[in-house]
Amino acid sequence: MYGTRLGPLSLVTVVALVGAFGLAAFYAPMDADQGFSQKIIYVHVPLAIVTLCGFVFGAIMAMKHLRTRDPRYDLKSYTAIHMSLVFGTGALITGMIWAKASWGVWWEWREATLVSFLIVFLLYCTYQPLRFSIEDPERQARYASVFALTAGAFVPVNFIAVRLADAYIHPRVLTTSGSGLTPEMNVAFFGAIIAMGLLFATFWKLEMTNKHTRFQVRALKRKLGGDDVTIGGGRSAAPRYIEGPDGR
Amino acid sequence: MNETLPDNAGYVAAAYLVFVALLLIYLSITAYRLRNLERELSELSELADGEPKVPEPAAEGTSSP
Repeated sequence: MYGTRLGPLSLVTVVALVGAFGLAAFYAPMDADQGFSQKIIYVHVPLAIVTLCGFVFGAIMAMKHLRTRDPRYDLKSYTAIHMSLVFGTGALITGMIWAKASWGVWWEWREATLVSFLIVFLLYCTYQPLRFSIEDPERQARYASVFALTAGAFVPVNFIAVRLADAYIHPRVLTTSGSGLTPEMNVAFFGAIIAMGLLFATFWKLEMTNKHTRFQVRALKRKLGGDDVTIGGGRSAAPRYIEGPDGR
Repeated sequence: MNETLPDNAGYVAAAYLVFVALLLIYLSITAYRLRNLERELSELSELADGEPKVPEPAAEGTSSP
């Protein structure tokens, strides 16, 4: 049962998001250097951080799938990567808007942070076509898990490599020597990261509930309708494991 | 309007609107899938209703005309 506590979680997420954006708008002071456009970081950076964390979570679930061969972990990994791609799209678009406001250009190819994020994003964009290209569900799940694990390991390596790069113009919000933000900005910023993490958790849970319910409905349909009933509607990128109505 | 709004307010509004738009798009897709699920459930309900195919034996003492 993935829908358990989805209601309270949604409520907490809404309160956290409204609170965090409220703090960003009214509590956090205006940045002396960037001016009002700095307010974009309260949505852009949390989106980017949660995206990368989602990819790593997907890798952990994929590893569990490879170890146990339990299809539920494949579903969890698939859903995490799926949600991360949605959040990553948001991070890229809001980042481009911020770049235009601060640098005067929509994109800067010489900036390692931007390009590395785009590479990771595009790498994960191949995840769905990879799954779709494999018809056998078990093989599809296995290959997808290997991909998710490898790509997931690439995320922190890529992050460290970019940090070690000397020349960059992209501001560093999270550093070991302090974030460079005022205490008020920090409250709003970390509040926004928590709120975005909660949003990811809510959507992930909602997606899992949706998929799990669909599997149950189709399993029941097959049980009632016999072999005449088509399950899964042909080839699909989504996991297609069939469960019993008891959810096992 | 420019006298009250800070510089780059349009970009900030655009960034937050993108975020809200993504939320709405995702919720719309979820609503669409929920509708499909509802349709599948009604098909399931029809299957369940039509399952007892063996006719019930007529009660003794009753005759059809």
